[in-house]
Amino acid sequence: MNPLLAEYLPILIFIGIAVGLALVIVIASYVVARQRPDSEKVSAYECGFEAFDDARSKFDVRFYLVSILFIIFDLEVAFLFPWAISLGDIGLFGFWSMVCFLGLLTIGFVYEWKKGALEWE
Amino acid sequence: MIVQALAFYLFAAIMVASAVMVISSRNPVHSVLFLILAFFNAAGLFVLLGAEFLAMILVVVYVGAVAVLFLFVVMMLDVNIAELRHGFLQYLPIGALIGLILLVELGMVAGAWVISPGAGAAAHLPIPPPDQVTNTAALGHVLYDHYVYLFQSAGLILLVAMVGAIVLTLRQREGVRRQSIARQISRRRDEAIEVKDVTSGSGV
Repeated sequence: MNPLLAEYLPILIFIGIAVGLALVIVIASYVVARQRPDSEKVSAYECGFEAFDDARSKFDVRFYLVSILFIIFDLEVAFLFPWAISLGDIGLFGFWSMVCFLGLLTIGFVYEWKKGALEWE
Repeated sequence: MIVQALAFYLFAAIMVASAVMVISSRNPVHSVLFLILAFFNAAGLFVLLGAEFLAMILVVVYVGAVAVLFLFVVMMLDVNIAELRHGFLQYLPIGALIGLILLVELGMVAGAWVISPGAGAAAHLPIPPPDQVTNTAALGHVLYDHYVYLFQSAGLILLVAMVGAIVLTLRQREGVRRQSIARQISRRRDEAIEVKDVTSGSGV
């Protein structure tokens, strides 16, 4: 077997164990436990009250903005990993191309900071 | 070898099945969860190909960030299933028409598709043997100098995405009291308090 994949074999085994265990627990609870549902048992339970509202309600678009900004900087960091590993071989040009890339995103970061997109109010 | 083939078929089968569930499940939240399952299986396929870095990036970026974003969108849309089903028949003809046009376009693309003869030579870079150079280092060797224009345009796209997201979603709310630390610490005693000399019995 490929030596790279041999290193991943334990992870595959763990995935197998996790899936198997989850299946055993779910199926065993169906098979072993007595199932006698009635309308009170299967209705939604919310701290002893009737459910007030639908769980899915509209919320502030700001969460979305924070999430998008997170993705962008997440990607920026993802580009840094191969660069850091191969920095010895790609020379000065590779170094400055990354600095240029970071500079571009820093422009965006300054814009975001000045617009107040990072403040919650 | 047999384990590898079994793992491939397992990942591929689960991925195709969950991709089908993404577009066919009625609840949009369930769709997003099946999408996450599809991403995980795609990461498994990448690992089988030897592309470790892409697999981990797929898990970190797509599962960790994009799926959360999709969940936000699904939650924010506030889709009501009953309302969704309401106008279904009314919009069926135009939906079918658009689907037909897309299908014809796809058919035309598939029928008339030829690889340009120069493209293979231009795009081809020798892949270093994976037992000497790791996948991450191999990416780093070509990404920052050979593909520098694509790399910089990726940076520009990210910049445009950042600016666009801010322009579209940022609204300054009126009448919000903000904390200004500079103003707070530059306050002096004589502008903050005033001492009045009150004679007894007369009040302020």
